[in-house]
Amino acid sequence: MSVLIDKSSKILIQGFTGKMGTFHAEEMIKYGSNVVGGVTPGKGGSKHLNLPVFNTVKEAVETTGASASILFVPPAFAADSAMEAADAGIKTCVAIVDGIPSHDMIRIKRYMRRYSRVQKMTLIGPNCAGVISPGKAMLGIMPGHIYKEGKVGIIGRSGTLGYEAAQQMKNLGIGVSTSVGIGGDPINGSSFKDILEKFEEDKETDAVLMIGEIGGPQEVAAGKFAKENMKKPVIAYIAGLTAPKGRVMGHAGAIVSAYGESAVEKVELLQECGVTISKNPSVMGETVKSVLGKK
Amino acid sequence: MDIHEYQAKKILAGFGVTVPRGGIVYSPENAENKARELGGSKWVVKAQIHSGARGKAGGIIVCNSELEVAQATDKLLGKKLVTNQTGPEGKIVNRVYIEEATDIKKELYLGLVFDRSSESIMVVASTEGGMSVEEISKQKPETIIRSKIEVAVGMQQFQAREIAFGLGIEPKLISRMAEAITGCYRAFSELDATMVEVNPLVISNQEQILALDCKMSFDNNALFRRNQISELRDKSQENASEVYASDRGLNYVSLDGNIGNIINGAGLAMASMDMIKLAGGEPANFLDVGGGATPEKIVKAFKLISMDKKVKVILVNIFAGINRCDWVAEGIVQALQKIEIKVPLVIRLAGTNVEKGNQILKESKINYIEANTLEDAANKAVKALGK
Repeated sequence: MSVLIDKSSKILIQGFTGKMGTFHAEEMIKYGSNVVGGVTPGKGGSKHLNLPVFNTVKEAVETTGASASILFVPPAFAADSAMEAADAGIKTCVAIVDGIPSHDMIRIKRYMRRYSRVQKMTLIGPNCAGVISPGKAMLGIMPGHIYKEGKVGIIGRSGTLGYEAAQQMKNLGIGVSTSVGIGGDPINGSSFKDILEKFEEDKETDAVLMIGEIGGPQEVAAGKFAKENMKKPVIAYIAGLTAPKGRVMGHAGAIVSAYGESAVEKVELLQECGVTISKNPSVMGETVKSVLGKK
Repeated sequence: MDIHEYQAKKILAGFGVTVPRGGIVYSPENAENKARELGGSKWVVKAQIHSGARGKAGGIIVCNSELEVAQATDKLLGKKLVTNQTGPEGKIVNRVYIEEATDIKKELYLGLVFDRSSESIMVVASTEGGMSVEEISKQKPETIIRSKIEVAVGMQQFQAREIAFGLGIEPKLISRMAEAITGCYRAFSELDATMVEVNPLVISNQEQILALDCKMSFDNNALFRRNQISELRDKSQENASEVYASDRGLNYVSLDGNIGNIINGAGLAMASMDMIKLAGGEPANFLDVGGGATPEKIVKAFKLISMDKKVKVILVNIFAGINRCDWVAEGIVQALQKIEIKVPLVIRLAGTNVEKGNQILKESKINYIEANTLEDAANKAVKALGK
């Protein structure tokens, strides 16, 4: 199976009956995702989009056997919902929401330390577009049709820049095994390295495109991991050449505050790790193509 | 969100950190009275702006009489101070803080930030107070003490003591120093701060431990639950266009170039700016209208960019996903009916229903240059500058 989700993955929508939850649940169902129900506290026992609504994630998991969930709850309640999912035994949880306080993200991650490696939930996001395994399932808010089925993994912080990459690849006939949006926040559920690890083990992935940006240590940490532990080639683009130091560029995490966090520095450090750099954002597809050609 | 020094000190005092006595004033008369009220024979008059390095810019004046305090206040109020952190336009002084002077025996540095690698709170301390942390790490890196605090259990007494001993504090002052460090940590963790910096933290000749200056920043995402912090916002310290944008739900950063940008998504916005730079141009701004790029947001974005006098070309780059290009194109056409744009306009649409979107733009009467790829858009925008 592909990383994180598959055609058979049973999916719950947390915040199911809200406007966002309803809209994106319908899109995911249309794409072919196996949505089995949702959770809205206080509305348990009712039906929404012909699917059961539960009061708690635990009850939903017990009844439906769901293993994945996606959060459409306001930022103030998102941390609580993510921890509820972890506790109920959800294996992959995607938090789309933008605006979760950093202190809450740290709390979620500390909370999840109580679970053993096998029991532990993989949290994707927040502030991300989610996960898609083209032709199989979508656990996110992306336009599914721009992704061609194939063997390149994508990991990116930004939604629309990830779409740009997928479309450039599609135009060149290159498909995607799974695309994972890890989100633009300073503290996120899964890092570039966490997802690289999964792609390295995935039989359906031949190469990985990382779409990073200024701020934080994650891109470079992933480059070091690739150098030491990966056989599959890694390609990267880092956005934010023109970003001034000390300013937040839209994403809460996109701020240069230390050495190694600017785009130029990240590119240099990634090159030292043997990562192939896409020199500009309009040649992400071509760079992937040239690397695949060399294999 | 940043706050003023005097506000940060008030917060610290609430967490048991000793700060010099002082008060905020808005006029020279006010200042003279405040100095009299504080008593003593020496005062420090401090311009309140959202920036460090105020001393070098003339924003901190030591005075020896009440008259001098009034004169210093008169000099500072209404003045624009330019420091290495404010940019060339500087920041206006609307409030002045009068403080009793402290007899300094030793100056220390204490800072708290998020450490993104370990996802914990990092305390950074040094014996070289008064210098910026960048200067300390360049000139005296061996003096820097770092301590990672596990957020789930908070700062332990031994950790605070370790830092205090590391700073070479005399044994009899250790417990008071540990209290000050713990107080700063509590302010950070209990108020959703992203940065607390006390520089300098001083030991006075009277053996008091005092926060002589303090900077604090808070997580914007957490302001919804921090009403008392939100109230401290001072918009006069922020860039006017950025305030205008944030009030309208747009992510905007003003830059020095002349190509204005309207883009959906922060990553795509940064990438488009990179392309402009590589094509030989300079972006005038970063502007993310949000992944959804709703017509309302696009109208607001055009309004904002049209207010920027330095913009000579506008580049619109929208990757439409679930919001289709035809819908986005209609939004652009509507916006241009409301707002007159006098500079060349380059539009690149991509994604769902792109052909339909481009057709709508063509059939409308708007005057624009069509672009197909990111590279094409950047090249055309730079080329349009020459026209």
